[in-house]
Amino acid sequence: MNKTNIKRVIRSGFLNFSRSGIISAASVLVVTVTLSVITFLILLNATLRFTLDQIEEKVDITVYYTLSAQESEILALNDVISSLPEVDSVEYVSRETALEEFRQRHKDDYLTLQALDELGENPLSASLNIRAKETSQYEGIANFLKSDDVLASDGSQIIDKVNYFQNKLVIDRLSNIISSARNIGVLITILLSVVSVMITFTTISLTIYFSKEEIGVMRLVGAENMYIRGPFITEGAIYGVISSVITMILFIPITIWLGRTMTYFLGINMWDYYRGHFVGIFILILIIGVALGTAASLFAIRKYLKK
Amino acid sequence: MIYFNNVTKKYPSSPASLEEINLTINKGEFVSIVGHSGAGKTTIVKLILAEEKPTDGEVFFESINVHHLNRKEITKHRRRIGTVFQDFRLLGNKTAYENIAFAMEAAGKSDDEISSDVPNVLELVDLRDKMHHFPSQMSGGEKQRLAIARAIINQPEVVIADEPTGNLDPINTYEIVQILKKINDLGTTVIITTHNKGVVESVGKRVVTLEKGKIIRDEIDGKYVI
Repeated sequence: MNKTNIKRVIRSGFLNFSRSGIISAASVLVVTVTLSVITFLILLNATLRFTLDQIEEKVDITVYYTLSAQESEILALNDVISSLPEVDSVEYVSRETALEEFRQRHKDDYLTLQALDELGENPLSASLNIRAKETSQYEGIANFLKSDDVLASDGSQIIDKVNYFQNKLVIDRLSNIISSARNIGVLITILLSVVSVMITFTTISLTIYFSKEEIGVMRLVGAENMYIRGPFITEGAIYGVISSVITMILFIPITIWLGRTMTYFLGINMWDYYRGHFVGIFILILIIGVALGTAASLFAIRKYLKK
Repeated sequence: MIYFNNVTKKYPSSPASLEEINLTINKGEFVSIVGHSGAGKTTIVKLILAEEKPTDGEVFFESINVHHLNRKEITKHRRRIGTVFQDFRLLGNKTAYENIAFAMEAAGKSDDEISSDVPNVLELVDLRDKMHHFPSQMSGGEKQRLAIARAIINQPEVVIADEPTGNLDPINTYEIVQILKKINDLGTTVIITTHNKGVVESVGKRVVTLEKGKIIRDEIDGKYVI
């Protein structure tokens, strides 16, 4: 198609859109609903991701060393643990730091401090707080800590206990919940997207069905298929552009309201998130909207051009 | 110019059909194809336009077998023919000007040609003052004149009018026939299908009579006799 024809096709698409009144409005409405569902899913996923990240951050395991373990051996083991591929970060608390923190925590509790002083020695053990990259990797780390690899050079145990085994049930459950929540999120996203895309396709097919006589006339006056198809594709793209703008505007008051009233419940300020990702979401929605509109038009007109 | 060579067309679910049609239409002729409803008049038009394929036989437009054309060639073939239908078949969401401009655009005409030729052809069919009206704002006669304007704008070799006066009153019918005669006088071949006796007699040229899918009469200076 040459430049003149492209110009004519685009102009014709705009004219058809402006003259089709209710049909154009209905198509824009349906595409807007579809894009709103997709925007809602984007926000839902953001909330879910944020919540899950927060929960995940709270999960860790702590290794308590024996009182008799040598500091040098403890530090050597710390290095081994922190170099494990599953480990994201470690935080070492020496016996002295533990004692200091204990004193700080109980600075108003005279009786406890007195009892501690009477002991004459530091009863607290050194500990290592371990954070894995994934919740599911804690078990592997815990098993490593149970193995012979963590024995001191003379073969003695320097690990007193690992709190993973006490918390195993909670960690396992959490791990299951997190992976289920992610799967359900993906499933809902796919399901709702498919349903709304199908509705859009059906609506645009209907609008083209109303023009089937005209398509026949265009063919009879000798118009090439691309010349017939062009204005409909342009119209589809216009539906996408207008709907994506409407969707973005619609979500401004919605996210402001969510930000004001639901931040505590959701754990994330939706308005801040929406504002922060506005351009990204808009570009995504625009691409989806235009792709949907043009693809649906192309698909729907195909059967009238086949004959 | 147009040759039907032993053409048979059968529809699986309709009684309307053609049987062993042999017909030659020469350049510059004005041919009226007459017959009752279902006699096969419209089928002949559809075969010439390559809207339908014959069950048997061949249809030639000059030396080209119409039904051996691919999709792109059919598009070009249709640009050589101007068509007018009983139900007008105008583009409802385009104005009179745009309806004609569309046919020119489809034929690859330039913007300058369009802006100079469209008002002229509308003048020819006496619709210049309705240039920016939509078909829904026009009477039946006006719509048919617009359809004729569209049919002739690209100077086709043949104009085919399928029951062009079927939906019109006698005055509009007379006007349409006069326009078609004028087009024929200017050298364009005109084929008209009709079951209107008045139309056939006012044209006074070759008449091909169809009955039950067969040609029963073909007269150079024909009359409407069924």
